[in-house]
Amino acid sequence: MDHQSKYEPTNGFTRWIDSRLPVVRMAHDSFIDYPTPVNLNYWWTFGGILTFCLVIMIVTGIVLAMHYTPHVDHAFDSVQHIRRDVQFGWLIQYVHANGASMFFLAVYIHMFRGLYYGSYKEPRELLWILGVVIFVLMMAAAFLGYVLPWGQMSFWAATVITNLFAAIPWVGEGIRTWLWGGFSVDNATLNRFFSLHYLVPFVIFAVVALHIWALHVPGNNNPKGIDPKGNQDMVPFHPYYTAKDGFALGLFLLLFATFVFYLPDALGHADNYIKADPLVTPEHIVPEWYFLPHYAILRAVPDKLMGVIAMFAAIAILFVLPWLDSSKVRSGRYRPLFQQFFILFVVACVALGWAGGQPAEGAALLVSRVGTIYYFAFFLIILPLLGVFETPREMPNSIAEPVLKKPDSPPELEPDSTGKPAPVPAE
Amino acid sequence: MAENTVAGGHHDDDVHRRDFLHIATASLFGVGVGAVAWPLVMQMNPAESVKALASIEVDLSPVEVGQVIKVLWQGKPVFIRRRTEEQIAQMEAVSVDALPDPQRDAERVQQSEWLVALGVCTHLGCVPVANSGDFQGWFCPCHGSHYDMSGRIRKGPAPKNLEIPPYQFVSETKILIG
Repeated sequence: MDHQSKYEPTNGFTRWIDSRLPVVRMAHDSFIDYPTPVNLNYWWTFGGILTFCLVIMIVTGIVLAMHYTPHVDHAFDSVQHIRRDVQFGWLIQYVHANGASMFFLAVYIHMFRGLYYGSYKEPRELLWILGVVIFVLMMAAAFLGYVLPWGQMSFWAATVITNLFAAIPWVGEGIRTWLWGGFSVDNATLNRFFSLHYLVPFVIFAVVALHIWALHVPGNNNPKGIDPKGNQDMVPFHPYYTAKDGFALGLFLLLFATFVFYLPDALGHADNYIKADPLVTPEHIVPEWYFLPHYAILRAVPDKLMGVIAMFAAIAILFVLPWLDSSKVRSGRYRPLFQQFFILFVVACVALGWAGGQPAEGAALLVSRVGTIYYFAFFLIILPLLGVFETPREMPNSIAEPVLKKPDSPPELEPDSTGKPAPVPAE
Repeated sequence: MAENTVAGGHHDDDVHRRDFLHIATASLFGVGVGAVAWPLVMQMNPAESVKALASIEVDLSPVEVGQVIKVLWQGKPVFIRRRTEEQIAQMEAVSVDALPDPQRDAERVQQSEWLVALGVCTHLGCVPVANSGDFQGWFCPCHGSHYDMSGRIRKGPAPKNLEIPPYQFVSETKILIG
């Protein structure tokens, strides 16, 4: 949204800064006076929550790195040292470990939000693609970080995931040795994973900056999926959405704190309290909950290479989503058929998550196969065809119109419906 | 040459010379980028000290008939199974055509009493459990691959037989792996 900057430097010093590096002006225009659709609901608060998660992970991560030793003989013990001996280490380590889960919970909600309200559609394709880039980087960071405590699950997760690359014909085994820096997951692997785990969050931070930039060019999508038509459809970001985002963040932190203080190990695996042993594989190895749907897709396909391809394709397909959906209507609110297929899609993702946590046999295997087929069909068949066959519901002309014209709206709003433009909110 | 340029009558010469400069600059830049990237990529491969530890000697004398032992070689487990006469006969009798990765037992051993195989499931690298599964050889708990007494894949998602590492008998009761 192009808009005139309303920032006024108040004294000589800020004027001096503003004429040399207008960074305060940029922050003011982006996060205070930024015009935002009036009708954003609570599903829109997860962008702010995610930014907060990233900051938490970077801060706790930097602190943990001060006490952690990336060596196969010391890594496991140094994590126990952090938990038992380091001042407040128990708190910082649990915030970091559970923070990964909270981060993924928020990002999945954020992505389903974008999917339902068509936030990936023109002109927000790049915004969506940058989001998928962040998601892939998050997965890399989470996997690399999970290896660092060097427990049994860490070690075998590293072994299984690096072995995925060996499935590539001809060059696969060379790539695997190159990733390992040896002939198995060992000290060289742990060292480089630590180095990369420290790097990736800062790359994420940079892509988040691009993501916000790409958001601020077209402006926010909104639950109606129609462009704001004027001042009656917009409010400034502050105080309206700083307050709403802040309230939602507070609720989110309650959940976060519940896990950290009452269920700190609920999302982990007991086997990771056993030090890594290259001679023994745990009975039942499964990834962290946020990778279970992908793991289910991997195991749904009987062929090794095809399973690996399907799993990576499940993520890669998100990059081209803006061109798979043929419907011009953004919001799912006005798409009766899409709504039903979308609910089924959410069910399929959750079912895949369940199946990924079970041994790959019987009902779980069947569920993972049906779920995988629906997952791909949703993107490759349903979304391209719906735009052709679906009749969208009637859409309002503007965001404000249905509110201002509602026959049973409160009396104080009546004068506005006579054609006079709604009052522009203060500030 | 000089008056041509001044007169501006022979642009072609200049255009060709400039193209040459562009291509030469870009090529040299490409070579430079490659020369810088190469060591940065290659440092990820196994270090010399890691490669130096690439072989081990194993004393077989304490292994009883019917026993399976695990030794660590290059950070990976190696299974050594001393097979009974009956097991050898059984493995040699298996019809090769029906196998997912057809290999005769004789191709997989140097002395039929001793099976030496990498203890790494060819699916995704877990360590299979000895003496379990449908074929009583090995069973991988991760994704359910069954191997026989010859380390051959018989059932499950693994595409290949357990790999045979390079080894040789240095004496009657000692082998060198690697």
